[in-house]
Amino acid sequence: MNTPLSWIKAYVPDLDCTAKEYMDALTLTGTKVEGYEKLDDGLEKIVVGKIVKIDRHPDADKLVVCQVQVDEEGTVIQIVTGAPNVFEGAIIPVVLDGGRVAKDHSGNRIPGGVKIKKGKLRGVESFGMMCSIEELGSSTDMYPDACADGIYIFNDNPEYGKTKLGSDVPTLLGLRDVNFEYEVTSNRVDCFSVTGIAREAAATFRKPFCPPQVKMVGNDEKAEDYVSVEVVDKDLCPRYVARVVKNIRLAPSPEWMQRRLAACGIRPINNIVDITNYVMEEYGQPMHAFDLDTIAGNKIIVRRAEAGEKFTTLDGQERVMDENVLMICDAEKPVGIAGIMGGENSKITDDVKTMLFEAACFDGTNIRLSGKRLGMRTDAQAKFEKGLDPENAMEAINRACQLIEELDAGDVVGGCVDVYSSKPEPKVVPYDVNRINRLLGTDISEDEMVSYFEMVDLVVDRDKKEVTVPTWRQDVLLMADLAEEVARFYGYDKIPTTLPTGEATTGGLSYKLTIEANVRNTAEYLGFSEASTYSFESPKVFDKLLVAEDDSVRNAITISNPLGEDYSIMRTLPINGLLTSLATNYNRRNKDVRLYEMANIYIPKELPLTELPDERMQIVLGMYGKCDFYDMKGVVETILYKTRLRNKTVYSTENKKSFLHPGRQAEVIYDGVVLGYIGEVHPEVLDNYGIKEKTYLAVLDIKNVMEHAVFDFKYKGIPKYPAVTRDISLVMDKEVPAGSVEEVIAKKGGKLLEKYELFDVYEGDRLEAGKKSLAYSIRFRDAEKTLEDGEVNLVMDKILAGLKEIGAELRS
Amino acid sequence: MKDKLAKIVEDALARIESSEQLDTLNDIRVFYLGKKGELTSVLKSMKDVLPEDRPKVGQMVNDARSIIEEKLEEKKTAFEKKLREEKIKSETIDVTLPGKLPQMGHRHPNTIALEDLERIFIGMGYAVVEGPEVEYDYYNFEALNIPANHPAKDEQDTFYISNDILLRTQTSSVQVHVMDKKELPIRMIAPGRVFRADEVDATHSPSFNQVEGLVIDKNITFADLKGTLAEFAKKMFGEDTQVRFRPHHFPFTEPSAEVDVSCFKCGGKGCRFCKGEGWIEILGCGMVHPHVLEMRGIDPDEYQGFAFGIGLERIALLKYEIDDMRLLYENDIRFLEQF
Repeated sequence: MNTPLSWIKAYVPDLDCTAKEYMDALTLTGTKVEGYEKLDDGLEKIVVGKIVKIDRHPDADKLVVCQVQVDEEGTVIQIVTGAPNVFEGAIIPVVLDGGRVAKDHSGNRIPGGVKIKKGKLRGVESFGMMCSIEELGSSTDMYPDACADGIYIFNDNPEYGKTKLGSDVPTLLGLRDVNFEYEVTSNRVDCFSVTGIAREAAATFRKPFCPPQVKMVGNDEKAEDYVSVEVVDKDLCPRYVARVVKNIRLAPSPEWMQRRLAACGIRPINNIVDITNYVMEEYGQPMHAFDLDTIAGNKIIVRRAEAGEKFTTLDGQERVMDENVLMICDAEKPVGIAGIMGGENSKITDDVKTMLFEAACFDGTNIRLSGKRLGMRTDAQAKFEKGLDPENAMEAINRACQLIEELDAGDVVGGCVDVYSSKPEPKVVPYDVNRINRLLGTDISEDEMVSYFEMVDLVVDRDKKEVTVPTWRQDVLLMADLAEEVARFYGYDKIPTTLPTGEATTGGLSYKLTIEANVRNTAEYLGFSEASTYSFESPKVFDKLLVAEDDSVRNAITISNPLGEDYSIMRTLPINGLLTSLATNYNRRNKDVRLYEMANIYIPKELPLTELPDERMQIVLGMYGKCDFYDMKGVVETILYKTRLRNKTVYSTENKKSFLHPGRQAEVIYDGVVLGYIGEVHPEVLDNYGIKEKTYLAVLDIKNVMEHAVFDFKYKGIPKYPAVTRDISLVMDKEVPAGSVEEVIAKKGGKLLEKYELFDVYEGDRLEAGKKSLAYSIRFRDAEKTLEDGEVNLVMDKILAGLKEIGAELRS
Repeated sequence: MKDKLAKIVEDALARIESSEQLDTLNDIRVFYLGKKGELTSVLKSMKDVLPEDRPKVGQMVNDARSIIEEKLEEKKTAFEKKLREEKIKSETIDVTLPGKLPQMGHRHPNTIALEDLERIFIGMGYAVVEGPEVEYDYYNFEALNIPANHPAKDEQDTFYISNDILLRTQTSSVQVHVMDKKELPIRMIAPGRVFRADEVDATHSPSFNQVEGLVIDKNITFADLKGTLAEFAKKMFGEDTQVRFRPHHFPFTEPSAEVDVSCFKCGGKGCRFCKGEGWIEILGCGMVHPHVLEMRGIDPDEYQGFAFGIGLERIALLKYEIDDMRLLYENDIRFLEQF
């Protein structure tokens, strides 16, 4: 919403403040000013001049030398110009030596303007410049009388023709004004209008508010003799007001109206269109004009469309309606889509004689949904969607007719046709001074509160402690709403600053969040940086990851209105985002990258979704560069160790992930529960992501980790007796996993076994083909006494016997 | 005998004095004090001494031994000191050579901002809670006083899964779940991902993070809301930070406000960073709307409270002066390792 300050001042005549003061003050009472633009920014020393003589330039065919009179005293200066449209006697804007214009040669607006200095053009002195409307900071759109490609000529405009030479051009063109841009919140429908904002401005500055004095104008005839109105679907049209104007005299609207519209970004067209737009801005009430001669049976019928009904709107497009679209029809056919756009068949043309003026109120939701279904978005629709005040319709249409009469744009027929099916009752809201103070934490008196209410035309009954709310304030329904009125005019900044009192609470992180922080810390300690990727991705990801067609992870939740296929499903695997990020790094030649992400996957219980899915927080770690599978395994082991999952973890190769190398992956199983998986990324998957280095992934499910994490533990005494360590070197077939060797050591080691550690793996020439050697250091200790060799030998024999059973023998 | 001892001592001291390394000291010790050393041989010749003189001679031998031992020790200490000094001197290294770094991991700026924020509110007694990202329409809208067909639903460009299930557009939905637990008073913050159908650009992302705050108790006031958020802003952005509350509208709070902080770059004078305004918007807040309380079975005449919602990315972008939101989701290591 844009409004020039001059228009606000028309209704708050005593307003006297700078643009900055206005912006700050309105923002603090709730009408947020996003910014403002001084229309005369960069315009200096620009006066009205008259070309008294034109001579050819001696050395340039395209230039002329003008003698320009720049004041009533007869001062004449010489200006050289290349503009094609100058003539002797032309009244034009002249920027004098040292003055400024708004735009540079390329047409860009320069803050503070561009300085114009006297100089020589091809050897002839020039003491200033004549200006186009662009150089004055505006455009031919907003000044239709301006020449499209040349100097602005005042002569073309009768209102300016007789202006005094030397007078200030920005003032004459209405450019000594400031245009404000507001961000109006959706609850303040009344502030989508100049009068609404002016009421707020008046209250903010404690000045009187003087809205337009609207009179019911018109001749002795009666509108109902020209037209009748029948509202069939009253639920969608609480009010429909129609008035008639005959003998339409189309002409440009006056400068003041054009200027105000232009400041709002609306292009002036002609008096009738401009009045409609002007009142829409002024009152926030859209109106529509029909050519009454095209309305069959002189009858308006407001009804829902028939499904499939076709209709051509005034932009020439044929559209197909459904049964929920509200139509304005005549006795035979539709003539407009209610609240959205009129029809081509009834639009105002240059030949219009009699006009039917409509100011109606439609159901906002219906308009919004219809507009959405039809794919349309018009200014009128934007206003109706917010749900307008039906009381406003009559005031607005009368204001428009009054302007038609004032501007002599036609003869207004007396009376109106008003079908008012549901008149809103003004709401009555009680107020309780203590209750309001208790909510705000203030000590504001009743007198003060009442004065704030009255500033914005809320009607107060102090005996009943009630406020009657005018219909335009649809946002005031409860005492809390009144508290807001008090707060914003008392001043949010004056409300005290305190901290909550009352019962103390113990805050903190949940157990799950504590575990997450613990895991993050470990990941970062191990060199992984935290990434963040989207929760939604493309269904093509499954193909990229070689996931089988019948794999249940393909059962992903689909977004019904995604930003595109690439963002259309909620991820069921956490790895695509991280692989994509690793690929980004790889392509940018970043070396040795380690990333992790802590985020949810979304597992539906059934599809289509009828209840919320299982959101599982998982950490996914990925890396390429100087690393191998066992580095990643070490990462997983460290994370588990730090969350105190210190029982034996099983790395099972039974279940395979399609996206990992079949011979280099494992599920991480702890106490029989799958915590996640690790592995080298499948070479084909790496190709799909464009990564040309070996890449390793690990995924752990936080909930499963959390369920096994132990933070309640007791310390163990430091051993008093020495340990006995035995190193053994074993030979076995290559296929025998180290895991099974360790299983035997752990099982047969018994109570005395303290620790075992692999310290060498050997495959090569010194062994038989197909064999490998593993060397372990095994440590025994008795907490109660110094171990004797004999005891250890017994245990070692058991271990070696067990190992023999799985084909591992002492290396000789 | 006496002369002989004096001679031995004199010789020994001279040899000790003139010795040049630690090893020779040991040789000297053996030569004089060893089993076959000079002094020992004197002791052995005691049998030739008159018995009454023996204690005297014994004493003299012991004195001589002490003198030599003392000198030996003194010389040894001096040698060791010298050796250590030489060793230390030879061990000088170039301390400007680079340190050995392990590969370092870095928190995402969003997480750093979140943890800062969590610390501040946990310090004020807030619990950190979570709620579902895939959410029922009811919790995201209706329970927050945004009825069906309310234009605010359109404003938020919601991603829908089905008619009544959606991706939450705001962490405010967690308010509802927490109130449903009926454990009053409430002091909580709820961080998490939210989703809105915005195309990706420098200032928009279809997925971002919010932190919701909710406090409900018997006497919570708008003044408390102001004080709490002023405290937060000071701790987050620096003690000199000023806050400004502007009236605003949210369906689930009344009165509502948007909160600006004084620009930490220019201190409020106005600069390019704050677009000349001197203020930077950081969050929305307000007093919990009575309808929201009533819907959860909390009596608004007895309990009142406040709520606020903070955009986490916004905080991170402001704090680190990151000019393009896309950097947060690209995960280029050269970006991440700066945090």
